[in-house]
Amino acid sequence: MNRLKFKQNSVLPGFGLSLGFTVFYLSLIVLVPLSALILRSAEGGLEGFWRTVSQPRVLASFRVTFASALQAALLNVVFGVTVAWFLVRGRFPLKRLVDALVDLPFAMPTAVSGIALTALLAPNSALGLALARLGVQVAFTPHGITVAMIFIGLPFVIRSVQPALADLSAELEEAASSLGATRAQTLWRVVLPLLAPSILSGFTLAFARALGEYGSVVFIAGNMPMRTEIASLLIITKLEQFDYTGATAIAVALLALSLLGILAINLIQARAARHWGN
Amino acid sequence: MKRGKGRNRKGWLANAALCAAALTVIGALVVLPLGVILAEAFSGGWRLWAASVAEPEARGAILLTLAVTALAVPLNTVFGVAAAWALAKFRFRGRSLLLTLVDLPFAVSPVIAGLIFVLVFGRSGWFGGWLAERGLKVIFGTPGIVLATLFVTFPFVARELIPLMSEQGSEEEQAALSLGASGWKTFFKVTLPNIKWGLLYGIILCNARAMGEFGAVSVVSGHIRGETLTLPLHVEVLYNEYNFTAAFACASLLAGLAVVTIILKTVVELKGARDAA
Repeated sequence: MNRLKFKQNSVLPGFGLSLGFTVFYLSLIVLVPLSALILRSAEGGLEGFWRTVSQPRVLASFRVTFASALQAALLNVVFGVTVAWFLVRGRFPLKRLVDALVDLPFAMPTAVSGIALTALLAPNSALGLALARLGVQVAFTPHGITVAMIFIGLPFVIRSVQPALADLSAELEEAASSLGATRAQTLWRVVLPLLAPSILSGFTLAFARALGEYGSVVFIAGNMPMRTEIASLLIITKLEQFDYTGATAIAVALLALSLLGILAINLIQARAARHWGN
Repeated sequence: MKRGKGRNRKGWLANAALCAAALTVIGALVVLPLGVILAEAFSGGWRLWAASVAEPEARGAILLTLAVTALAVPLNTVFGVAAAWALAKFRFRGRSLLLTLVDLPFAVSPVIAGLIFVLVFGRSGWFGGWLAERGLKVIFGTPGIVLATLFVTFPFVARELIPLMSEQGSEEEQAALSLGASGWKTFFKVTLPNIKWGLLYGIILCNARAMGEFGAVSVVSGHIRGETLTLPLHVEVLYNEYNFTAAFACASLLAGLAVVTIILKTVVELKGARDAA
């Protein structure tokens, strides 16, 4: 009988009002506009969708976006775990300040990050000149896109790994080393498997954020079609040409590809969790 | 004895290496970009900075950003509290679906968030013709900017409150109600004091994103000077005109906002932790 009821009994008031407002507001701001994306993309038909998405320029933009996001998320795992390790286990007088600074890329408006990174790495800047002497150009190349994506993704990995690392009891490591494991063995066989789920979820968050990122990337990317043009920018270009169908098709493809990517990572995570038994 | 000392030194070296690595990452990726903004903003001196920020178009952009934020943040705060009340205090069918849907805007990239409103309200959008007949402008106008901002800042307050209120349960509210307090009185006297730090935390993050949003707003704004340029869009326009000093002067205001945001966030975290203890 209880199974058939919509809601479990409660003495608290306001269920109807709060749920009603939630559903109404959610529909107004999120669901109806998002359904426009799906319905409008269906208007052009499957053939029209494919014609847009299979254009070389569109494919190239997907390739650039995904490759850069993947690179950035992988590098962020290295940087993020290092910083998280420092924040949990390091001894440093100004640790609290560093801890607060970690959130700055998240709080900084993306356009501001974009022009700051560009100014920092432009070919005529001090750093840009030094890198040019080494034969590396970062700004206005695919490397620039990766740098911007590292910047915006870093807090996600740190904030995922930090609590997991803090929960890790030192006794486990002591037990491993008292049983004769070397430090490297302890890290690889004991610590890493315990941190893996949080590292993976940080990686996923950073990757997802990088895929859709626009503001911090467009300034440093140079935006050359086929080479440094990201998918988000191509959507805007199509819109400026009043090609709504094209813009919608690219948006749907980007959304679908990123959902697939996240789904794949979640599957890996579930498998890893089963494998390591946590 | 000797061995202990050796291990100590090894520990010190490991700590030094760890500090050096982590500080290099944070220094290069966080401190350096912040420093560049300040250096560029004040490269022409204090006076030029003040002139760039006080110039009429910059003032207009600041006012528009404040107006949009003043609309978006309270609306999403009311929504966040209502959603958290329904989702944290009650168990009902479809609850987990609703939880997922509340978070959905975080999974949509900013440019797509702008695009969907163009598809609904734009020239050839669903309501485009209807709006044009009545001389109303949503896209390339302030209403579009508000809608896009509402979308991208949608989950901030709700996602902070839902776990907090679920954890707190509803015993205290039940006690208040059984002692004869009304529903609203229970909410304002019992629930609100319990959630105040979480609520403030959500509002701070929501506010930062509302003032700084670029991608979504860029799509719906149309970049009309003196009309639909928010502060981040004004920075973009100045930068693309090679007016770097003015661009960085306005950007330094937004960077200041980000710094204030992380300071407030840290303070609220500490206060919340102290109250919980």
